[in-house]
Amino acid sequence: MIQVVCVKQVPDTETRVKVAADGRNLDPAGVTWVLNPYDEYAVEQALRVRDQQGGGEVVAVSVGGPGVLSALRNVLALGADRAIHLRTDLAAPDPLSLARALAAELRGLGAGLVWFGKQAVDDDQAQVGPMTAELLDLPCATMAAAFTLEGEKVIVEREIEGGREVVELTLPAVVTAEKGLNEPRYASLKGIMAAKKKTIEEKPAELGEPGLEVVALVLPPPRAAGRIVGQGPQAVAELVRVLREDAKVL
Amino acid sequence: MSILVFIEQRDGRVRAVSREALGEATRLAAALGGPVVGVCPAATDPGLAALGEAGAERVLLAAHPAFAAYDAAGYARAVAVAAETLKPALVLFGASTMGRDLAPRVAARLGAGLASDCIALAVEGGRLVASRPVFAGKALQKVAFPKAPALATLRPKVFAPVALGGRSAAVEPLAVDFDAAASRAKVLRVAAAGAGKVDLTEAEVIVSGGRGMKGPEHFQLLEDLAAALGASVGASRAVVDAGWRPHSEQVGQTGKTVSPKLYVAVGISGAIQHLTGMTSSRCIVAINKDAEAPIFKVADYGIVGDLFEILPALTEAVGKLNAHA
Repeated sequence: MIQVVCVKQVPDTETRVKVAADGRNLDPAGVTWVLNPYDEYAVEQALRVRDQQGGGEVVAVSVGGPGVLSALRNVLALGADRAIHLRTDLAAPDPLSLARALAAELRGLGAGLVWFGKQAVDDDQAQVGPMTAELLDLPCATMAAAFTLEGEKVIVEREIEGGREVVELTLPAVVTAEKGLNEPRYASLKGIMAAKKKTIEEKPAELGEPGLEVVALVLPPPRAAGRIVGQGPQAVAELVRVLREDAKVL
Repeated sequence: MSILVFIEQRDGRVRAVSREALGEATRLAAALGGPVVGVCPAATDPGLAALGEAGAERVLLAAHPAFAAYDAAGYARAVAVAAETLKPALVLFGASTMGRDLAPRVAARLGAGLASDCIALAVEGGRLVASRPVFAGKALQKVAFPKAPALATLRPKVFAPVALGGRSAAVEPLAVDFDAAASRAKVLRVAAAGAGKVDLTEAEVIVSGGRGMKGPEHFQLLEDLAAALGASVGASRAVVDAGWRPHSEQVGQTGKTVSPKLYVAVGISGAIQHLTGMTSSRCIVAINKDAEAPIFKVADYGIVGDLFEILPALTEAVGKLNAHA
């Protein structure tokens, strides 16, 4: 079975966000770029399925500028077989455009399973996976916390408010990965060396008309500094008083 | 132009996020015009007429036996059919797990733009602008929609519902052509997390523990305080990564973003990835032995000291308060 893992390159989660001169985007100066953390779970699960099946192909796909090449190399080092770079010069295409570009590429790939992270930790939209599924008319389970493949079916558990929803999908299908789906591996030195010989095919991304226009990126106002009501258990009475009388939350 | 609101129901009950979305739709109707209309895929009517008081003028009921459980493809079809019929300016969803799964599918069907997890909507210079946290709340992105309809999911507990006493919504059937037998995604079952447990994203009060708790066995102290406060228990990433608590309890960048009335951070130093998940809480209390911990920079009230002494004292004090209430 061919599996496709759609990945994104994002700023490291420790990044201090600065607004670029255009007032609409992240200032990329000094930013460390990493593979989106949720994508690591998606990559890991695809590799496990390939191992479980004793073969098949894992193809990594990413949309973006030349920067995404390091994310793709990273996925190849983890064990993916080949990669496709859908190239655009747009800094941050909107989710609908990304889904269109991925769907256009996926139509020709014949994938049995298409993987995404549940969301990218930069724009936090959590849209591209289910949008791509809809454009391809594929069943989709988002936020998979557990996954099993049984023949032509997959069973996915998703965390929902106050419980877990168990969903059965018929292949081909799209799954987006939640943290905790598995324990992602690290790239081995052998994997990193092998990745250098694997191919990354470059094609133009077919984005189409954007669904969103970013008007501004602003930093939230800092929270006003609070106060230390006291030290140790003696301070509890005062804390309870201010929570009741001042904050009115008790 | 109308505003369409997805009405989310589980087990025959309309969820609070849908009343919040109706409330925001009612406020925006003055600027965008048009009636506020709900669309509810369900097996049977979960009491939709009562949503008149929450702001709905009409509710379209897409009744289908397969809609007793969430069916992404079927629900997406129902909402898209309603949108294609009404041609609304705006379609709103709660940013619940269902809304966040469903809205992108509807957006793709309609070829429309979607803004996820919004915390404010406004009409600026004649066009709708949605504000949404990005980078897990380290920044706020404002987006506009080049074409109608605009789609948005609204962060739970941010938008206030309205109460229009005595108003009743007209419930109208919406025909949806959906073949459940051909469905390639089926919900097999929903396993409840435990009786009476409120999800963090819906909790009024959250008590969270970090590495300062020193081990999973000490979380009973937090559970006791949570029981006294009627709170849900949360955790920091360090604690989840150490396997002390499940990921469903993690607050922060790779966990949940929460906005409770009261957030009590216990033994949490306040790493940036944790702060981004909880700084939209109304009131934050920090308990930590280190007076220099970054958590005190965002906390409204703090106690410096040994949490193993403070927690039992706080639980007892809250218990006494409850006894007098």
